[in-house]
Amino acid sequence: MLADKDRIFTNLYGFQPWNLAAAKARGDWDNTKKLLAKGPEAIVDEIKASGLRGRGGAGFPTGMKWSFMPKEAPKDQFGNPRPSFLVINADESEPGSCKDREIIRHDPHKLIEGALVAGFAMRARAAYIYIRGEYIREAETLFAAVQEAYDAGLIGKNACKSGYDFDVFVHRGAGAYICGEETAMIESLEGKKGQPRLKPPFPAGAGLYGCPTTVNNVESIAVAPTILRRGAAWFSSFGRENNKGTKLFQISGHVNKPCVVEEAMSIPFDELIEKHCGGIRGGWDNLLAVIPGGSSVPLVPAAMMRGVPMDFDGCKEVGSGLGTAALIVMDKSTDIVRAISRLSAFYKHESCGQCTPCREGTGWMWRVMERLRTGDAEVDEIDMLQQLTKQVEGHTICALGDAAAWPIQGLIKHFRPELESRIAKRAEKANA
Amino acid sequence: MTKLEGARFVADRHLEPDTPELRARWSGFAWNEANVAKAKEIVARYPAGRQRSSVMPLLDLAQRQVGAETNTQGWLPLPVMEYVAAYLDMPIIRVVEVATFYFMYNLVPVGRYHVQVCGTTPCMLRGSDDLIAACKKRGMHFGHVSDDGLWTLTEVECMGNCASAPMVQINDDNYEDLTAESLDAILGALAEGKQPKAGTQLKNRHTVEPEGGPTTLTAMVKENHDYRGEW
Repeated sequence: MLADKDRIFTNLYGFQPWNLAAAKARGDWDNTKKLLAKGPEAIVDEIKASGLRGRGGAGFPTGMKWSFMPKEAPKDQFGNPRPSFLVINADESEPGSCKDREIIRHDPHKLIEGALVAGFAMRARAAYIYIRGEYIREAETLFAAVQEAYDAGLIGKNACKSGYDFDVFVHRGAGAYICGEETAMIESLEGKKGQPRLKPPFPAGAGLYGCPTTVNNVESIAVAPTILRRGAAWFSSFGRENNKGTKLFQISGHVNKPCVVEEAMSIPFDELIEKHCGGIRGGWDNLLAVIPGGSSVPLVPAAMMRGVPMDFDGCKEVGSGLGTAALIVMDKSTDIVRAISRLSAFYKHESCGQCTPCREGTGWMWRVMERLRTGDAEVDEIDMLQQLTKQVEGHTICALGDAAAWPIQGLIKHFRPELESRIAKRAEKANA
Repeated sequence: MTKLEGARFVADRHLEPDTPELRARWSGFAWNEANVAKAKEIVARYPAGRQRSSVMPLLDLAQRQVGAETNTQGWLPLPVMEYVAAYLDMPIIRVVEVATFYFMYNLVPVGRYHVQVCGTTPCMLRGSDDLIAACKKRGMHFGHVSDDGLWTLTEVECMGNCASAPMVQINDDNYEDLTAESLDAILGALAEGKQPKAGTQLKNRHTVEPEGGPTTLTAMVKENHDYRGEW
């Protein structure tokens, strides 16, 4: 088990105040000037060496992402240099995910310091923290924490007396899951509907207001200062090759004690559940299936999930993904078809409506899922549904279409007998 | 026909009709004294010439002001959207687009308390059905203001409180780790004009640590422990 001294988010549970004085006493904002003095290249290299992969779901190497930002400011048509922006994705809306909320409301200064360090490393002029609208109290804390940092001279003009000017702004969303997609987030920040943009151009070339932009998850940014303080070697001492570091795991559903906990990457699934969650409700024999990375990844049946190392590669090997490390645990009392159908309803609700396969497909998938839930369907509708998911997957601008398709594909792959028996039972009843 | 479940409120999402009564009531809308300063501060968060970026926070501000004036959670009458459009010098349709796209903007009047029950899978697994039943028992219906004007019930999608599910958001506060009984007690307190304690409703839980006490970072419970000495 990860030792407490190696945990980054020491105030994860909010037993202590979030304010600047308390955060400083825990080690935040400790000579940040010295961290910046390393220079942008050295900071990016250190993050690259740490093996940090983006914590927002896709797992793209963070240091590499930062290195895509231009070293010389590009010029607009009048020859004036254009600024660069850092956008921090705090639009945490993936069902099962609830980690960024804890960072924001209990350790906001880790995020703000990370914004400065990361923004400096990518030569950004300012950071916009896009927080989901439903996090109302959390946003209040974040606004207050940013103000504290301004008042103390930690951000703003000559941030931390480093000679670097850097602003941090908070932008509240208003209830659209799709804004967690990076280009939809940029659209939303510009005051429009959050509909994803075609790529290329990628945000590092033309993002917010057409300027170079990097979008990073809250957790990716908030761990950066600690990595720089303790060194890349420390961070990469946790987890398997290609899956380094510590990670916030969020366990919900049918465990005895659902919780959020920071653990080393690659911790075996069983150990995570036993040590922190008090085991599966009704014991291990009662486990039915697990969605290991938030609603967008396929479910994994109980037998396959035992002993899986909780990291990107480990979850991939069992046909799923680590995603945001949000584990949704389901015991044998679960109506598994309903559980997935409810996710289909979610994606139908959250489709932005831009691409036809997703706008129409999510509705169709949900309606067929509801037929399968009650058994009021024909057996060949299962294959029809499978085919439908394949017509949506990969045919949309952003990954929401894929995310809507995968949970259903996982259900059909692993629980087809359950679907068929429902249909048979319903037919039997109708005949009787 | 199979009865479809989930996402019940979507089909009801429409603009309130643009009637003379609506115009008469809301055409005079303008920022109140506190919000004049607040709106200026919001616009200043974005680069010069990019004031359109502030349409979302300004719609939220407007909805809250309408809420304060009507003693409800607030909503966005068309004349109020027009006011925001004029304030930001942008076409009204661009404002309406934003207001209809984002779910947190109420397009029709709501009750004093907007009871938003999370019904997505993590909350469903922990018993959100019971919470919806508890709300209905108090006379709430999806998408409608209750007869006493007190409640509007909405089933919402994942609110990001999955480790303390099931949960309900009522206006600005989250109530977590609910049962039908504890939710009913909260609704009862609100109906009496009291402010119940937000957050987890479990006695032996602080926030999202395992119930009964954290398995990690136990030193933090009593004091603001600095772990740097152990690095």
